[in-house]
Amino acid sequence: MAGESGKIDPMHQFQIEPLAPLNIGGYDVSFTNSSLFMLIVLAALWLFMWGGMKRDLVPGRWQMAVEGVTGFVNNMLTSSVGPEGKKYVPLVFSLFMFILMANFMGMMPFGIVPGVHPFTVTSHLTVTAVLAVLSFGTVLVVGFWRHGLHFFSLFVPHGTPWWLLWLIPLIELFSFLIRPFSLALRLFVAMTAGHVLMKVLAGFVINGLNAQAAWVPFVVSIPSFILMIGITLLELLVCAIQAYVFALLTSLYINDAVNLH
Amino acid sequence: MPQIAQILETYASQFFWLLIVFGLIYFTIGKGMLPKIEANMDARDRKIADDLAAAEAARHEADNLGDSGEAELAKARAEHQAKANEAKAKAAKDAEARLAKADAEVSAKLAAAESELAKARAAAMASIESVAAEAAADIVAKVSGAKVSTAQAASAVKAVMANG
Repeated sequence: MAGESGKIDPMHQFQIEPLAPLNIGGYDVSFTNSSLFMLIVLAALWLFMWGGMKRDLVPGRWQMAVEGVTGFVNNMLTSSVGPEGKKYVPLVFSLFMFILMANFMGMMPFGIVPGVHPFTVTSHLTVTAVLAVLSFGTVLVVGFWRHGLHFFSLFVPHGTPWWLLWLIPLIELFSFLIRPFSLALRLFVAMTAGHVLMKVLAGFVINGLNAQAAWVPFVVSIPSFILMIGITLLELLVCAIQAYVFALLTSLYINDAVNLH
Repeated sequence: MPQIAQILETYASQFFWLLIVFGLIYFTIGKGMLPKIEANMDARDRKIADDLAAAEAARHEADNLGDSGEAELAKARAEHQAKANEAKAKAAKDAEARLAKADAEVSAKLAAAESELAKARAAAMASIESVAAEAAADIVAKVSGAKVSTAQAASAVKAVMANG
């Protein structure tokens, strides 16, 4: 969090630092703090799911939580795609849970241990881009595999007047092609902005406390601290909402591919 | 912004590790654990639905049983009632017949008795006449010494009796 000069740099939290250098085929695939948090996400997710694997007839609390999440994703796909949506539950569930866990892991107060910084995997464009490409690629593969070239009829909505046939497909094509970018950027920007805001407010609190004048902590630090509590809660909500939005949009796009409008 | 400043140095590492981690999540959790959890949920839903259906069927059956029981009860009651009425009517008829028969017997006996009585009375009357005639003849003989024939006495008695 702190820069070299003792100033607080709100962007430092996004810095990727290699932990163990690794080079495969000329590519630098070092194990970094980002990789570490991906593994933490994997472990947390696995632990969460493992707790729900008791498969009792009458579920306990943990099993109920796991079944609540799986049922939620299942419902989302069934309501937006229909009964065929069941096939895509593993993909959407993986996307949803990975994003949700990564968002939450970035919010964890690991920073109270000196030298440890939480890292938000989903605040990186490289990560959100891969997830968006996975989502978009699934739509393309499913669409062409199910409908062949007929998939292009997606760009001509029903009821298009003939004299708009030159324009509507262009707009539809554009809105289709922009989907992966909007998916990736939305998540990346929401996470980055939220974390920058939190870090800036935290900087106000700390710098106010360190200020020479005695009135500064009361005027700056305390209001900032109170505001930060609210922003943190809001950010937790954003974590869940962004994961939900990503999963919901993916299922809507899959619906396009499966049912062609 | 390190996300963009570092993108060229880190994209390979990010892609590599993300694909490993997401692949693990997709194949072990999404394809491995999730279907089992869903199968369990489906099995539970099915069990609940089955149990509900069974309960509904049992309720239906119970309803039917109750209905048929009531109907049987009503039928039995009606039969019973009919039998009772029949028996009552038969008993009444029997009693009437017997009464009529007894009546007839009694009146026949009464008539016979009356006729016998009348006969007896006539006989008695006749014997009284003869006794009275004899007594009258005896009395006449004793009082006047005149011999009165039986026929004369009888006609005299008859004349007196007719008067008195």
